[in-house]
Amino acid sequence: MPDNNPPHIHLLFVHPFPHRSNVNSELLQGVQDLPGVHVCDLYERYPDFYIDVEQEQHELRHTDLLVVQHPFYWYSAPAMFKQWQDMVLEYGFAFGAGGDAMQGKDFMSVITVGQSKASYRPDGHNRHLMSEILTPYECMANHCGMNYLEPLVVYNSHKLVGEELHELTNLYRERLLNYRPGGDGKDE
Amino acid sequence: MNEHHLIQNAIVYLSASVIAVPIMKRLGLGSVLGYLAAGTAIGPWGLGFVENVDDIRHFAEFGVVLLLFIIGLELKPKRLWKLRRPIVGMGGSQLLLTTVLLLLIGLALGYSFNVSLVVAMALSLSSTAIALQSLKERNLMSTNAGNSAFSVLLFQDIAVIPILALLPALGVVVGDTGQSVWLGMLKAVAVIGAIVVGGHYLTRPIFRYIANTGMREIFTAFSLLLVFGISLLVNAVGMSMALGAFLAGVLLAESEYRHELEVEIEPFKGLLMGLFFISVGMSIDFGLLLKDPLTILALVVLLVVAKALILWLLAKAGKIQKSQTSLFVFLLSQGGEFAFVIFSVASGSGVLDQVTVGYLVVVVALSMLTTPFLLLIYSNIITPRYMHLDKPLEEDTIDDEDNPVIIAGFGRFGRTVGRLLHANGIPTTILDHDPDQIEAIRKYGYKVYYGDSSRHGVLAAAGADKARLLIITIDDADVALNIIEQAQKHFPHLTILTRARNNGHAYEILRRGVKLFRREMYDSALHLGEEALKQLGFGAYRSRTAAQVFNDYDQKLLHELFEAEAPEDRRLLSLQAREQIEQQLNADAEEIAKMNRQGWV
Repeated sequence: MPDNNPPHIHLLFVHPFPHRSNVNSELLQGVQDLPGVHVCDLYERYPDFYIDVEQEQHELRHTDLLVVQHPFYWYSAPAMFKQWQDMVLEYGFAFGAGGDAMQGKDFMSVITVGQSKASYRPDGHNRHLMSEILTPYECMANHCGMNYLEPLVVYNSHKLVGEELHELTNLYRERLLNYRPGGDGKDE
Repeated sequence: MNEHHLIQNAIVYLSASVIAVPIMKRLGLGSVLGYLAAGTAIGPWGLGFVENVDDIRHFAEFGVVLLLFIIGLELKPKRLWKLRRPIVGMGGSQLLLTTVLLLLIGLALGYSFNVSLVVAMALSLSSTAIALQSLKERNLMSTNAGNSAFSVLLFQDIAVIPILALLPALGVVVGDTGQSVWLGMLKAVAVIGAIVVGGHYLTRPIFRYIANTGMREIFTAFSLLLVFGISLLVNAVGMSMALGAFLAGVLLAESEYRHELEVEIEPFKGLLMGLFFISVGMSIDFGLLLKDPLTILALVVLLVVAKALILWLLAKAGKIQKSQTSLFVFLLSQGGEFAFVIFSVASGSGVLDQVTVGYLVVVVALSMLTTPFLLLIYSNIITPRYMHLDKPLEEDTIDDEDNPVIIAGFGRFGRTVGRLLHANGIPTTILDHDPDQIEAIRKYGYKVYYGDSSRHGVLAAAGADKARLLIITIDDADVALNIIEQAQKHFPHLTILTRARNNGHAYEILRRGVKLFRREMYDSALHLGEEALKQLGFGAYRSRTAAQVFNDYDQKLLHELFEAEAPEDRRLLSLQAREQIEQQLNADAEEIAKMNRQGWV
């Protein structure tokens, strides 16, 4: 259903050294020109971690979907995203008294992971399911009144080449293209 | 002079200086007066230890030569070019107006036109030695008045050439008159051209060759040889030696050996300048003064007042601030050493008789004696008045503040530090020695005090005993080191933070055990480099990280170099500087690549 008013998608790109990550750059390139997508490269904007909180909050207010795309560092996002959470999703804005700015919006993680999907199982190397490890993000979304959408996780990220990468990029692209605000978390 | 005699004389000069100069300094009268007093004490009219005053003075004129060489070293050609307007404008009008006024006075006193003109020209010159020494001693060289005074002095030094060339036209016979003025001028231009070209192409390889021998005394010898050689060469074509030395200095101002030269020449300059002032002191003919005191004193007053009048008019016309007008006037109000030269040429050829010359020499020497006293009036009476403070340095004015931070120097560097602290509500006591600056800053509610922070008393008055931090942000590297030493000696509890001018200065700071310093320009250069990487598409965070990695590496390197060089002397350091840079540049690529690889992919 192509319409003239595509949903607003705020894409936080969180990678300290994008020039070293083919996969992340490729994924980003696949979606950044979509209508309604607004990319915010956090490491580019705030190389010294001094975040412009007002500007960030201002940009969030208009958005329907918040996408956070990042590599998986120590079972989490790179440090910048934690800083962004701490500074931007503050009391009175994202939670607490009067903190309803994120209420009803959707949240989606897009994560590139070095290891295989099989390693993220109770019997695998990492001993836990990816969904368990991502619980803090689910909790964050919940605490702010956001809907937590199914994350897009790209495994074996540094082994991906040509065709495989292309397919994943298309998948990413389609998920954003098919996104409609106010869904139930399953956007197909 | 036989050997024995030489040493005897040396002992007389040295002891007179050692006794008189510290006393005068302690009394706040400046070293010049100390030397002058020492000279009168040992001269023919004092204790009579020394007789051959003229010989000594000729020899000691090399002190002025070395002084101008060092000033030249600190003045790059570009800056000199910027000064061309004040040099010609201020200098030209000073010389012209003063000459006319003195000429009229001479005519009024009944002397012939030619005699009046020669004397007027000679007396219109001021003492480069006294004025510049006083400026440097008080660290006032960079003030408006200091700059203007320097411009006037420079013009006077240049003007000595045409003045000496003009003497034959006035019927005064100077040596052989076979050659015309034009030929003389042509020769002068040719010699200057040769010095400029030769200086540009020859000095560097010679310096490198000599520096590579690693023998300090040969470097010193060559430095002196260079200055004296150029001075004599220039002198041979009729220009003043001082001017030649100044040219040589400017030529070498951009050479990498500049600092070495300065360090080598400085002590010789100091001693010879001292000797020069001593010789002026000795040449005061007290016999004449006792015989005819009223005439001589009247002439001295007349000379100083006449010169001061013209200078005051110039200061008004030029844009010298009110607070500095008297400094400018006092600095240049005396007769100069070139007057002695012109008198001796003129008397040698009979235009002036011996009696007149005797009077004139005493008058000029006594006028030189007035300058230190006038400057004392400037710094103790006039300056405080412009600061709307009666006793700016007295403890009781500053005592009640107990500010935790003292900032020494409130120029471009200190200002940023001060503003940051001020913005965060930290009260600071600021010291600076530029009255205009102080005036300007006070308007914005900062507490600024006039003072030379290297003096122990000033730090004490600023409340150093109760402060926690001393931040040294002045631009003079040596004074900064001096302040560090003073503070460490008298206020060991103070945490010292300091601005470092360059690596060499950083080593000196480290050597004194001060760890908290920032090299000026280093940080801004690093940030600009980071900006360049960004513009080349490196990405903001990657550029920042690259700069951080580089900084980390460079800080370590600085300390390593310091450790490696600490036991050796400064000379070797500078000899190795080039080698170090090469090593540094080679190591950069590998080391930094290694450091960059850390982190995530």
